Amino acid sequence: MAVLTDINKQDGAPELRARARLLYGVLIIAFLALTARLTFLQIIQGERYTFLSENNRIRIKRIPGTRGMVFDHQGQLLVDSRPSFDLLFVPEDSEEPENTLRRLAHYLGRDEKELLAILEENKQRPAFDEVILGRDVDWSTVVAVESHQLDLPGITLRTRPRRSYANGAMAAHVLGYMGEIGSKQLKLLKEQGYAVGDEIGQFGLERRWEEVLRGQSGGQQVEVDALGRRVRVLHEVPDVPGYTVNLTLDRELQETAFEALNGKEGTIVALDVQNGAILAMVSTPAFDPNVFARGIKAEEWRGLIQDRLRPLSNRAIQGQYPPGSTFKIIMAIAGLEEGVLQPEARIFDPGYYNFGNRAFRDWKKGGHGYVDLHRAIVESCDVYFYQLGPRIGIDRIAKWARAFGLGEKSGLGLDDERSGLVPDSEWKRKKYRQPWYPGETVSIGIGQGYLTVTPLQLANMMAAIANGGTLYRPRLVAKVESVDGATVREYGPEKIRTIAIKPETLERIRNALADVVKAPGGTGGAARSSLVEIAGKTGTAQVVEMKGAYVKTEQLTYFNRDHAWFVSYAPVENPRIAVVVLVEHGGHGGDAAAPLAKKVIEKYVELQRRPADQRQVRVEGENRAD
Amino acid sequence: MQIDRRLISHFDWTLFLLTLTFVCIGVITIYSANYNITEEHAGGLPSRQLMWLGLGLVAMLTAIAFDYHYLDRIAYPFCGLMLFLLVLVLAIGHSGGGSQRWINLGFFRLQPSEPAKLAIVLVMAKYFQDDEPPKGYRLRDIWVPFAVVGPLVVLTLVQPDLGTAIILGVVFLSMILMSGLRLRSFFYLAGTGLALLPIGWHFLKSYQRARILTFLDPDRDPLGAGYHVIQSKIAIGSGRLFGKGYLHGTQNRLDFLPAQHTDFIFAVFSEEWGFVGCLVLLLLYLIMIAYCLRLMERAKDRFGGLLVFGMVAIFFWHVVINVAMVSGMMPVVGVPLPMVSYGGSALASMMFAIGVMINVSMRRYIF
Repeated sequence: MAVLTDINKQDGAPELRARARLLYGVLIIAFLALTARLTFLQIIQGERYTFLSENNRIRIKRIPGTRGMVFDHQGQLLVDSRPSFDLLFVPEDSEEPENTLRRLAHYLGRDEKELLAILEENKQRPAFDEVILGRDVDWSTVVAVESHQLDLPGITLRTRPRRSYANGAMAAHVLGYMGEIGSKQLKLLKEQGYAVGDEIGQFGLERRWEEVLRGQSGGQQVEVDALGRRVRVLHEVPDVPGYTVNLTLDRELQETAFEALNGKEGTIVALDVQNGAILAMVSTPAFDPNVFARGIKAEEWRGLIQDRLRPLSNRAIQGQYPPGSTFKIIMAIAGLEEGVLQPEARIFDPGYYNFGNRAFRDWKKGGHGYVDLHRAIVESCDVYFYQLGPRIGIDRIAKWARAFGLGEKSGLGLDDERSGLVPDSEWKRKKYRQPWYPGETVSIGIGQGYLTVTPLQLANMMAAIANGGTLYRPRLVAKVESVDGATVREYGPEKIRTIAIKPETLERIRNALADVVKAPGGTGGAARSSLVEIAGKTGTAQVVEMKGAYVKTEQLTYFNRDHAWFVSYAPVENPRIAVVVLVEHGGHGGDAAAPLAKKVIEKYVELQRRPADQRQVRVEGENRAD
Repeated sequence: MQIDRRLISHFDWTLFLLTLTFVCIGVITIYSANYNITEEHAGGLPSRQLMWLGLGLVAMLTAIAFDYHYLDRIAYPFCGLMLFLLVLVLAIGHSGGGSQRWINLGFFRLQPSEPAKLAIVLVMAKYFQDDEPPKGYRLRDIWVPFAVVGPLVVLTLVQPDLGTAIILGVVFLSMILMSGLRLRSFFYLAGTGLALLPIGWHFLKSYQRARILTFLDPDRDPLGAGYHVIQSKIAIGSGRLFGKGYLHGTQNRLDFLPAQHTDFIFAVFSEEWGFVGCLVLLLLYLIMIAYCLRLMERAKDRFGGLLVFGMVAIFFWHVVINVAMVSGMMPVVGVPLPMVSYGGSALASMMFAIGVMINVSMRRYIF
């Protein structure tokens, strides 16, 4: 062998051998460089890359708890959560996004230009963010997408529980609406488990009862591949559905009230006089909360908040109006209770009342002649109450107004309730650093001046008068139940106070209120019903002060016209329901508001007479979203 | 032909066994790369790679069977055949992944750019087999190799297959340097090359430009062109010291890795076997290349030595470029990891190269 090796060395390629040493060097250096790189990646940065690889494959998918349903007091469904599908597209998951959309358009029978336009609009979005091609798409779309899934890379459907308001705008202000959680809200509520993109109650019941309705989000820890496709579920926390809320509201009565106000701006509130349960609460113009549920568009939102008729405001509790002549009820009670008033004593009304150097005119040109308290209420004589005001004095008037719940929030369980204003001398001193002038009390006598009330307050006042002097807290929610029907919380009548008032006083007032509707010359004749005897009081609240001349409503521009009030309860014997109607810029209360109250009361009576089993009962199961 | 008994006794088992080791590592890793977690199997690719191993063995035996001096005679015809096939690819080739690289032979899709690597080595070894001029070659002395290799490089570039073109280029450069190009000539060449770079940039496809830009700044487009490199680095890095275990590489299993059974197979391997596994694999390559360099030194003649060197250069550059690219040290160019990546043409070509080296090794004792 040695010989052979020698021969081999003599031949071969000496130059190559000489250069081979250099090659070994290059080889070693190259492999050291590769090893150094691997050391860096796997040893030094290993922990970081491990973290990245974990994050790469595990996604947290939140499953919002199914929001609780809302029923009326008869068990009729008002608000439901149903599953809905959004059609999404992640263009990065498709090699040819345009062609994918063309195929989709073909399968759906939609215009491909429209879909391509959506893609174009979203050009600036971050990579891998989904483009929403359609919200709450219909069932045929779902089927088409599912069955052509392989043909439609990047197209996915996302299930989302969606709020559904069975009766649209009918109870919009009571039920409220949902909206995406704002960044400020999120900061406050993050610890309660809210996340970006969550829907949260933004108004009405949805907002105030958010905690009860929302339930708890569940979640899935999902292992995904690079396309975000789910490989398997690693860990799961089930979601907890929200509680069901049963309202005191009666859907059918609400509907009647809503229809009565159709085309008008105003509000109707109906209370159960015996316990403060709110039977109906309508505010118009209304909005459709379903619009919010499907995701309101910017221009729709702008339209709602810029609307001069303020459709987003719940006039029943947020509207503060001068009570007008409806306040004469409080005036009469204060006068009787404070011993200032001899009910039988008659005064002469020439059509105006002079106080100081100013003349206050009666609504009736030429006046009512000689009137006592009863006639003054029935015919709504202004002069009678003008002169009564200064005799009682503002502080005693305020005391009685407040006793009936005016000037304070009722606490019905909705946000943004306003308190109205019952002025007195102290208030004026604090606010204006001025004494109260008796002349100001003259206007208070007919419910004008600084005085403002909310329609709900007047309804509660009427309820207290009807039930003999007990002021209940108005309630909207009767019961909270868990999904399986177990009662979680129940809300019974809650007395705010028993008003210390003589029965004779109430008796006198109630007789007068009954005559407002039934006696000839009564201002509330339009509320006279063949079904039931109604007691009530009209009111006309001035929006602008009329000096001197009498002006017909029709001659005023719309926004300067008076507001029309009608406050009422029924039946006269054993009252059950109190109804307050306010029609903004409706003119006279007797013409514009009283007929609406009559409609609601008649409906109530009809509902009471109808046997229970004829009323639609709650449908379980079918509509449940789960 | 007759088989000399001495040939069998001098058969280079070391090189042969190393080859089988690499192919085994390859098949095992290909299995993992295609392992489907839900269906719990890896489809047909691993067994097909074993089939290619059979084809490779045939290629290897062919390369061993004849005295390597026959290669001198077939170098130009072989090169001509490669040129023809590369033209054919452009004309009737099968395209995939945005480029046209394959000729469909029915049972087999031939990728001619793989054997083209061999053609370069053959032609160069043939051209430079005579003794060097005393002061080395000047550029004007080597216009023939340029004329032969140039068209091959251009044809792979237009497929486009930047990776193979680069391999062809660096193997060519390695061989002219090894064959005794004057240093000054080399610098002229390098200077001209640099000057031509901007023109080359102009001819690159947009995705190739993106890759180069992304290499310079990987975070430039983390979900686009930079995605592959970042995911590959995550796969390698998260393997850490001992790896996640066989079939447990999450990056690979969940399809975060691109071309996981071909060009990025090293990432799959690293994720599952960790730093220790990588070290073993690199060491095996190192041993093989060093062993082959030894063969070159001991080759009977200059032609044999150059043949071995050319083949070693192919291996060396493949390993270095592939690992550097997968670990983010250089831009992503499509270069397979020799004998480990999936692919019939590549495996058969590499095994033919091994066969040539075994041939030279065996016949160093025969006169």
